[in-house]
This record gives sequence, structure tokens and C-alpha cells, in this order.
Amino acid sequence: MDLILEGIVTAFQLLWALDPEVLGITWLSLKVSGLATIISVVIGISVGMIVALTRFPGKKFVVSVVNTGMGLPPVVVGLFVTVFLWRNGPFGFLDILYTPTAIIIAQAVIATPIVMGISIAALQNLPSKLRLQILSLGATRLQMVGILVREARLPLMAAVMAGFGGVISEVGASIMVGGNIKGYSRVLTTATVMETGKGEFAVAFALSIILLMLVFFVNYLFTLIQQRERPR
Amino acid sequence: MSDTNAIISVEDLKVRLGGVSILDIPSFSVRQGEFLSLIGPNGSGKSTFLLVLNSLLKPVSGRLIYRGEPVTGRDEAFRYRRKVSMVFQEPLLFDTTVYKNVASGLKIRGLKRDEIRERVMRYLGWFNIEHLAQRSARKLSGGEAQRTSLARAFAMEPEVIFLDEPFSALDPPTRHAITDDLDRIVSETGITTIMVTHDQSEALRMSDRIAVMHDGGIVQVGVPSLVMNNPVNEFVANFVGMDTILVGNVIRVVDGMATVLVSGKEIDAFGNAGSGDCVYCCIRPENVTIELTDPDDLTSARNTFPAVIRDISSIGPFLKVILDCGFSLTAFVTREAFAVLDLKEGKNVYASFKATAVHLIRDAKHP
Repeated sequence: MDLILEGIVTAFQLLWALDPEVLGITWLSLKVSGLATIISVVIGISVGMIVALTRFPGKKFVVSVVNTGMGLPPVVVGLFVTVFLWRNGPFGFLDILYTPTAIIIAQAVIATPIVMGISIAALQNLPSKLRLQILSLGATRLQMVGILVREARLPLMAAVMAGFGGVISEVGASIMVGGNIKGYSRVLTTATVMETGKGEFAVAFALSIILLMLVFFVNYLFTLIQQRERPR
Repeated sequence: MSDTNAIISVEDLKVRLGGVSILDIPSFSVRQGEFLSLIGPNGSGKSTFLLVLNSLLKPVSGRLIYRGEPVTGRDEAFRYRRKVSMVFQEPLLFDTTVYKNVASGLKIRGLKRDEIRERVMRYLGWFNIEHLAQRSARKLSGGEAQRTSLARAFAMEPEVIFLDEPFSALDPPTRHAITDDLDRIVSETGITTIMVTHDQSEALRMSDRIAVMHDGGIVQVGVPSLVMNNPVNEFVANFVGMDTILVGNVIRVVDGMATVLVSGKEIDAFGNAGSGDCVYCCIRPENVTIELTDPDDLTSARNTFPAVIRDISSIGPFLKVILDCGFSLTAFVTREAFAVLDLKEGKNVYASFKATAVHLIRDAKHP
């Protein structure tokens, strides 16, 4: 119990003192995972929409691949991204291994199937005749897509939350492709792993609490957006 | 097309699904301002036909013509869809308020806010749902939801409105209230309406013409009395509710009166048939009367048979009585008459119907 209490106290001390290192780590976590989420939302929802709304041979196979991707182990993604960005690898010339950019790429790869899979389910869950109804109201294709997204806004926001939740809490890929370099590519999760390894439990607790609070506040914001304008 | 009043017509229309022909209509047209009902059993292609008419489904061949102009390309289809509107069996409302639902088609068309407001309020009023304007569409009863869906379709003030069994999921009182309102609005606006329905009384009451569909084709089109009283074939007769259909052979024809031998009994009927023809005698249950004594009425050509009551069931205001006169005959009896005659199963009675009440259909397959 003492350990936990000490951790909570340390966490508030670090926050209260605006410890520049901790603030830097927190800010980087938010920035990296936020960007990765944005990328995954753009790709996941648009591709998910195409998959959900069109008919093509092998659709079931594509959907099951996407659904499998929702459970993609971060270390596997980390391994592949590392190999691709390795000096001799196909994208080695970019020279971005062990940078925050590499973490963004790896996290986007993890989050995209999550967002896409939930988006497909969300859009397929709408009544099949709804599209015909929207077209018969005189909508253009673009207006139809807009209305469908609005109709599926609750599960689509859930997709965004799941994507963000998946990457902000992920550690394997971040360590592998980011390298946990102090003041450069260290994020909350990688720092927690390191501090725990060193036996600095109080600091590790502090970082964990900050991570939890961060996840809570971001999801609270998303939830506010999700639940607004619901008529009674 | 020869019909100059046609607002919508189709030519050589064919729709296939997985190699199976599901719609084949050589020619059909809807007149400006009419109320046309499409009736037919499940799977006869009614809803598919409605989707084609609404240009939401592209046929494999054939043309859809609107006011003399073919609706061919994507742009034409889009412009056409802005002139018509459709109400489905499910209300398919958006997850927002009733007001915004009714406004949706107008918003899609880019109308100004004030104009939208004026129109939405007018149509909410017409369908008696003004008080629900700010209610969530998710919290409506079935009837209220379908009213909202109708108001949304009418608010666009389309030239033609398509209704795909809009009331089939509603309970009878709700259904009657809505059809009354719809009837009033349609006749006040004079809007051309095409409705798919299962309910023949609904079709009879509201329609200028009825089209009966069967196996992807239209088997008969005409004013309700024509379709109901002069069905072109056995299928239509069966479908429009001629509960008794007897198969027999014409044994003689005298002065237009044919005598048909059915299960050893002779039935007199007026109709276009020749001696030796195999015919269907269609007798509507409301035209059959039940009496306790032999009426022995020789003044009008009447068919009277001694009968035994086999079954009695209740349908709405009537009792449906199934009689055995050597052949099976169905009669509708009012509750009053039922009580006076003291009818019960197994009782011996006399069943009679006029020769003019028998509609003869020649069996084309077995001449």
C-alpha cells in the first residue's frame, strides 16, 4: 500500500512542480498517439466506408483480414516497422528509425485496423434500405455519405476512442521503433517500463497515473462530442 | 406511348437477379394525378418495380420515361429523383428530431432556412404531428414514425410519390387513422401516387386504378370494380378475394346463360363461355345468402342448393360461413342474420346466389 500511496504523492509532486521531463514525456505521448489516431481515422473510416458500402468479390475475406488486424500484437508491428526502417531495409533511406515519427507510423499501423473494423461494423449495422431512402430524398452520393456518417456517429466515435486507447497504452512497438531515448522518443509507457525495471516504483506509479488521467480526459472529450445534440 | 396523360411509363422493362428474371413488364404507364395501387403476393416483384420506377434500381433492359423524357444516365436519374419521393415499409428515420427529419429532404435541396421552417411546419400540421416536432425520432410510436416519414416525403412537394407498403406494420386503428389522413392529403394535393399494398380494402378505397402483379409481370390493370368483379384469370380472382372458385364444365348455353356442371350440380351463370368449355366460377362470399327454407324463387335466375354448415369463423364485422353443397361455398353473414338464423356447425340450410353473381373465367390451359 505504501508503494501506491507514495506513487500517488510522487505523481502529484511531479505534476505540481511541472517537472519538465515528465511534462515533455506526457506531451510527446499525446502528440504521437494523437497523430497516429488521426492518420488511422482518416484511412480507417474512408476505407471502411468503401468496404462496407460496396459489393465486391472477396469482401468477406477482406473484412476478416481487417478484423484480424484489430488484434495485431504491437510487438509484431514493432518488428516489421523496425525491419522496414532498418538502415538496409526498404525504407532505410528515410533514416527515421528511433524517432517519434517511427512511433507514429507503428501506432498508426496498430490503430488503423481497429478503427476500420469498428467502422465497417458500424456502417453495416445501419438498415440496408437507409441508403435507398437517402437517395430517394434527392441526395447526391456525397450527401449520402455525410448522412450515413452522421447516422453512425456513436459507433464511429467509439472506433476513434478504441483506436486512441489502443495506441496510447501500447508499449512494445514504441520501445522497438522509438528506442526510448531520453528527451527525444521516450513516451509514458516506455518510461514506465524503464522505471519499473530500475525499481523506481514511485516514479513508475506516477507515470501510470498520469497516463490514466490522460486517457480519461481524452476519452471524456470524445464522449462529449459523441453524446452532444442527442434529442430527447 | 399512346397514353398522352402518362407522367411515368416503362417500356420493355426487364430486371434479373442472379440469372433469374424477377421483373418483365413490356409496357406500363401511370397517369398524371392518379392513385394507383400495385397489389400481388409476396415475391411478385411489386417492391422491385417500385424501386425501378424510383430509379433506385437499374433494369437490365428497358426504359423509364418521365414526362416523355427517358431517364437514362446518372445525372438524369439524379434530377428525376429530386422530382419524386418514396416512403418505405419501415419509417427509416434519421437519429435526430422529428422536425429535422421532415426538413432533411429540403436541406439536401439547399432551401433557405425560413422556407424550410414554413414547409416543415405546414406538413407536420397536415399529418397531425406538430406537437412532436422536437421529439427524438427514436422515441416515436409506429404510427407517429410513419407519419413523420410521410411528412418528410410530402414536404419535398414531389410530382410523384411512391409508397411501399407504408402501413403494413401498423395495427388496424392506427392504420385507418393514417390512411384517412393520407387519402385527404392526396386528394387535396392531387399528387400522383403509386402504392404497393397487401391490403385489398386499402387498395379499393384509395385507388383510381389497381394493377395486379404476379411472377414479375402485371396481369391486370384497371379501375377497382373491374379488377374485383372481372378478374382476367384464376390467379387474379384468387388474389382479389373471390373466396369461392369452382372448376366445372359448361354443359349448355341458352341466351347468354351458361349452365356449368360442378361436382354433379348445375350452376347457372351469365358469362362469355361456350358449351364444353372448362371454366372457373368465381363467387364472392358477400353475394351468397343463407336461408332456412328453400326460397323457391323463380323470378330471378338464382342458384339454390341445400347445404350443411361446415365451419364458422369471425372476420371483422362478418362471420365467414363455409358451406358444403356438394362443393364448397363460402358466405359472409352479418352478426344479426347469424343470430336470427341461429346458425351452427352441422345445421342444414339453403345457400343461394344469383346467376349474375357468378363470374366465369375460361381456363385457357384446359380448353
